[in-house]
Order: sequence, then structure tokens, then C-alpha cells
Amino acid sequence: MTRSGPGWVAAGIVAALILGPLFAVFMRAETGGAVLTSDWAAVRFTILQAILSAALSIALAIPVARALARRAFPGRGILITLLGAPFILPVIVAVLGLLAVFGRGGIVNTGLAWLGLPPVSIYGLQGVVLAHVFFNLPLATRIILQGWQGIPAERFRLAANLGLSGVQVARFLEFPMLRAVVPGALMVVFAICLSSFAVALTLGGGPRATTVELAIYQAFNFDFDLGRAARLALIQLVLAGAAAVVAFWAAVPAGFGAGLGRVVRRWEAETWGARALDAGWITLAAGFLIVPLAMIFLNGVNGLTQMPGAVWRAAGVSVVIALISTVLCIGLALSLAMARRGWAEVVALMGIAVSPLVIGTGLFVIVNPWIDPSRLALPVTALVNALMALPFAMRVLAPDLARTEADFGRLADALGLTGWARLRWLILPRLRPALGFSAGLAGALSMGDLGVVALFADPDFATLPLQMYRLMGAYQMEAAAGAGLILLALSLGIFWIFDRGGRGDVDA
Amino acid sequence: MLTLEGVVIRQDAFELRADLNVPKGARVSVIGPSGAGKSTLLNVIAGFFEPSAGRVLREGRDITRKPPGERGISLLFQDNNLFPHLTVAQNVGLGIDPGLRLTRDQRAWVEAALERVGLGGMGGRKPGRLSGGQQGRAGLARILVQGKSLILLDEPFAALGPALRAEMLALVEDVASEIGATLLMVSHDPGDARRLGGQAILVAEGRAEAPVEVAELLENPPPVLRNYLGD
Repeated sequence: MTRSGPGWVAAGIVAALILGPLFAVFMRAETGGAVLTSDWAAVRFTILQAILSAALSIALAIPVARALARRAFPGRGILITLLGAPFILPVIVAVLGLLAVFGRGGIVNTGLAWLGLPPVSIYGLQGVVLAHVFFNLPLATRIILQGWQGIPAERFRLAANLGLSGVQVARFLEFPMLRAVVPGALMVVFAICLSSFAVALTLGGGPRATTVELAIYQAFNFDFDLGRAARLALIQLVLAGAAAVVAFWAAVPAGFGAGLGRVVRRWEAETWGARALDAGWITLAAGFLIVPLAMIFLNGVNGLTQMPGAVWRAAGVSVVIALISTVLCIGLALSLAMARRGWAEVVALMGIAVSPLVIGTGLFVIVNPWIDPSRLALPVTALVNALMALPFAMRVLAPDLARTEADFGRLADALGLTGWARLRWLILPRLRPALGFSAGLAGALSMGDLGVVALFADPDFATLPLQMYRLMGAYQMEAAAGAGLILLALSLGIFWIFDRGGRGDVDA
Repeated sequence: MLTLEGVVIRQDAFELRADLNVPKGARVSVIGPSGAGKSTLLNVIAGFFEPSAGRVLREGRDITRKPPGERGISLLFQDNNLFPHLTVAQNVGLGIDPGLRLTRDQRAWVEAALERVGLGGMGGRKPGRLSGGQQGRAGLARILVQGKSLILLDEPFAALGPALRAEMLALVEDVASEIGATLLMVSHDPGDARRLGGQAILVAEGRAEAPVEVAELLENPPPVLRNYLGD
């Protein structure tokens, strides 16, 4: 088939870009010496924080999802849309918002001081878990809400007809659903938290709160111990690789808020107690999401005037990187998706199994003998970001492409639409909404990424997230807040522009 | 002449054999019980499905392994005949050039074809704004500009009412005569076959029979067809 030609090329590029660095890491790690006790500490902390984050996220998500499933209230649609937002929210921006609420001078500690109570610290294990819950509670809520909405409305009517109580409904209808849905959700959050870098970088650190990803970065930046970095990269691959692939399938939103609009009437829950309980959970979850975001906005507006010029330069760099990586990502994803072969999907998935820091380490090892790696910071960041977004773009594009081929493939074949003509007249127009959505995801993910750039950048070069991190490290919190607001606006803006552009005038 | 030579179609437990000739310019209905393989037979001729054995020939040339777009065949399905994101004129224009780079003359030709099937002035519309009958007409306009010598129709108007269906069949007949094309139409309704006249291929019990006169077949149906017709 002529159509898989570009797919082969794309697959070759992706495989080389992922396997090449892996191989380089592997070669380096063998000569790197034995596993240190600090390596084990990083492994232990990584697993511990992932377990706690997953358990807490799910435990809180269950009552929130139940409340959302059975209550119609004004703003419900907006809240559900907001549950999709953390997916494209830059981690460092969220951390800044959480610092404004839970940090040393934040709202919570100010309140505690008023009451004469001792302050709480956001740094260390509790801070890392808090940030992970902030990101994953919405994701878990969405997954579990889907489970709730998968229960047919007729069953609740039957339950009402039989006069079942709330406890009985939970036992016969809701608990079996949760038993099917919760293990998957736990797995997803656990796997996401295993690869945590930016959260650990900003809220963790020190020998007692370092993830493996962070340890790779530290081996690089503080000790320039490439052997240790490579060894840790290998550990990370084993630790997170398989889990990430399993988790990935549930993590991509199919369109924010899509299909979650229905509220099923629940007769057994029409008591004042149940109403108050649901209202409480919804308020709590909404507050936990909205207050840090509002703080970013408030502090950011104040900080806008105090930003050094470097912030604007970094913003420009980030936009350029985001656009390049979006084009790369969508080009690769479309070529792979059009091949419509199992191997294409496997190749795209490799990006999710291998962490950006691992690829970054490998690329660094490869180019270091030849060129100063910092000179390649921009292209490498754009490339790695594209690879990281590739599985998500594939996940969005592949089903739409399959549907298009199923509906119109025979007609296109009969008309001799092949190659460019098929792309131009059939695939691009039919896939426009999916292309817009996935380009939005790729652009926003790249915009907010603080990963591989940390390995390659020198003091003269920074993306906006990295610049923010540097400002935070220099305790210029106002300037960091201003940069955070700009970063937030750019990430959401890029997503919005692409997603909107894809919707255009779509004919059924 | 279209020839199916020792063709065997296998799909899981399903099997269909065909050994027949369709003369040039003929009007042939393909009838038989549902699930017998009428559409599958058409898919093999069109190149969407490869036979396990045997050859498909046109004017004596083997086309068994040719891609669907290079077989000199025009098609009309029951639905999805038009790309919903392109205008009616673009949909018709694809029949002239799959890259849609049309000269001024070719665009005039598209317009004339639309005029011919009763869609004059509607070329700028998207298919979603046409009725079911109009969508069928647009498909026929494309067949007209394609000018291929074999037209395959797979239950093309099954969703239309009886009066409209008769009208569309007459239009199909006209279009085929204008191009001088052979017509092969799958239908579950013997009435369609009678209206189209000409010959009929009976597909039943794992065999596609050679074409015989429609009137004759329907007057003296073999037992399997009699069961299907229900009288």
C-alpha cells in the first residue's frame, strides 16, 4: 500500500530518536558502577509518593464524581470542563498557585497563624503528594464519573421502583461499577506520578524527597556524573515504562467535558443529608481547583510590572519551540496513523514509556563529544516535546481516521483518490476537529514542559517554564507570578486557537 | 464484456462461486436472498475484496489484482456516496480528476452534468443540504462525468420511497445509455429488477448463476427464488 510509505519514514524517525538515546544510556550505564544507596532512596521515594498520591486522589475523587453524577446545578458544565484543564496546565504554574495557598506565606498558614496554630510546610513528601492530587484528582474524577454515567438510567429507575435505599443502591449498582473502574484509575494516577519531575524539582528535593527523574537531573547538573545519570535513566525506564503504557489509554481526554453532560435522576438520593454531602464535596473540589488558579491570576497581575526582560525573551523561545514541536508532532502522528498498522501505534507509544529526561540524557551523551549540547537546546527541546505529545495526538487522531476510512474509504478508492489527493480532499477535511484538538494538546504540553530543557539549557537560554523556575529559585516570587500568568495565558491560548481552528464550519 | 472465471469468494464459513459473462451494454440486476453474497460479489468486481481463486476479466484483460480506482468502474452505494465536507460540484469534479484541478471546460462539464440530473445551480451546496433523492442524483452526475464503461450499483435507492425510486431508476437507465455503459445493480426488491428490465443474476446457495432474462426468471422462479419471493 502506498499509504504506509510516510508511515514507515515517520516510524523510523521516532524509533531512532527514542531507541538511539536509550542505547547510548545503556552503554554509558554499564561502565557507571554499582547502584548507590541514594539511588535506592530515590526509588523508594518515587514509589511511596506515587502510592500515596494515587490512593488520595482516588479516595477523594469517588465522592466528588458521585456528587457530579447525580446533581444538576448551575456551573456544572464549567466545572466539568475545568476538570480537563490540568492536562494542559503547566506544572510549574500550578505549583506557584499551590504555593500561594499552602506555602509559607500562603492563605492556609496565614489562617493558622490567626488561630495561633503552628504553620505547615508544603515542601517534602506532603507537598509533592498535594501537587499530584491537585493534578490527578480531576483526572480521577473524570474517569470515575464516566463509570457512573455508564450505569444505565433504567437501573436507577428500577431501584427507585423497588424502593431501594441509598446504601442498597450503592451496594447493588455503584459498588460493582467502582470495583471495575477504580483499579484502572489507581493505576493511571500511580503511573503518572512515577515519572514526576517538575513537581519534585520545585516541592521536593533533598535526600528524603527526590524522585528518580529528579535524581537524573541532579546527577547531571550538580555532579555532572553521566554514568550515574545513565544508570538512573535505566532504573526509571524499568520502573515507569510498562506502567506508563498501561496508564496512557485512560489519561487522554476525548475532548474536554465531552459526553459527561447527562445527569441521571436519583430518587434514593433526594434527601437533605445526601444533598448537603454532595454540595460539600463539590464545593471542596471546586475550591481546591479554583483557589490556586485564582491566586495565580491575582499575584500574576501584580507581578507583571516586575518582570525582567528575560521573561519576554523566554516567552518568545517557548512559543517558537511549541509551534515547531506541534508541527513535528502532528506530522509524525498523521503519518503513523495513516499507515493504520499495529506497529505504527507501538512506535508512537514508545514515547510514553520513555521519560523525557531519559531521552534527554541519551541525546546529551550522544552529542556531547561533538557539539556543546547547550547549542542544541532549542531543537532538542522541540523534538523531545513532540515525541512526548505524539502518543496523545495518535490517540486522538487514530479513531477518527479509522471512522473516515470505514465510511468513505471505498468511495475514495473507487475514485482513485490516493496519496496527496486523498489527504487533501478526504483526510484533512474529515480530521480537522481531531487535528485541531491534538495540535492544541501538543502545543500546550510543549509550552508548559519543564523537562529536557533543564538538561540542555545554559544560563543564557531558557524557556518560559525554566525562566519561571529560575525566578522562583532566586526568590523573585512576584516576577515569577507574572511569568506564570503569561505562561498560563500562552498555554491555554495555544490550545484554544488550535482547537477553535479545528472546529471551524464542520459539515456532518 | 465482464467475465468472472472460476471465481471463489471465501469469508470465514461463507463461500460463493461465480462463473459467468455479462455482455457489453447489458442491464443486469443481481437478486437473491439477503446474506447470499450479492454485495460481496459486487465488491469483488469493484476490487474491494480479493477472491480466493479465479479471475475477473474485462474485455478479456485480467483485472483481478488491479486497485479499485484503475478498473474503469463507476459506483453508487446505498449511502456515503458523497463526501459531506465537499460541495456537490467538488464531489462531482472528483470523478474527472481526483486532485480536483479542473479546467474551465471541465467545470462547465460538471455544471452540465448537474443540470442533466436536475440539480442545476445546486453545485455550491454541501450534501447535507440535499434530500436523499438529490444526493442520489449528485452521485449519478458524477457517474456521468466519469464516463466509465461499467456502472455498479449496490442497493442505491433503498432508502427512497417507491415513486422516487422508479424515477431514479429511469435516470440511471438514461445515464447508462448516454455513456453506453454496462449496468450491474444489486437489489433486494424484484420490482426494481422488473423495472430495469434486461437480465438478472441469481445469487443463492453459494452460487452466482449466469444472467438470464428477468421476465423469464421471475415467471418461472427456481425453488430458492420462489421461497425468497414468498409466492
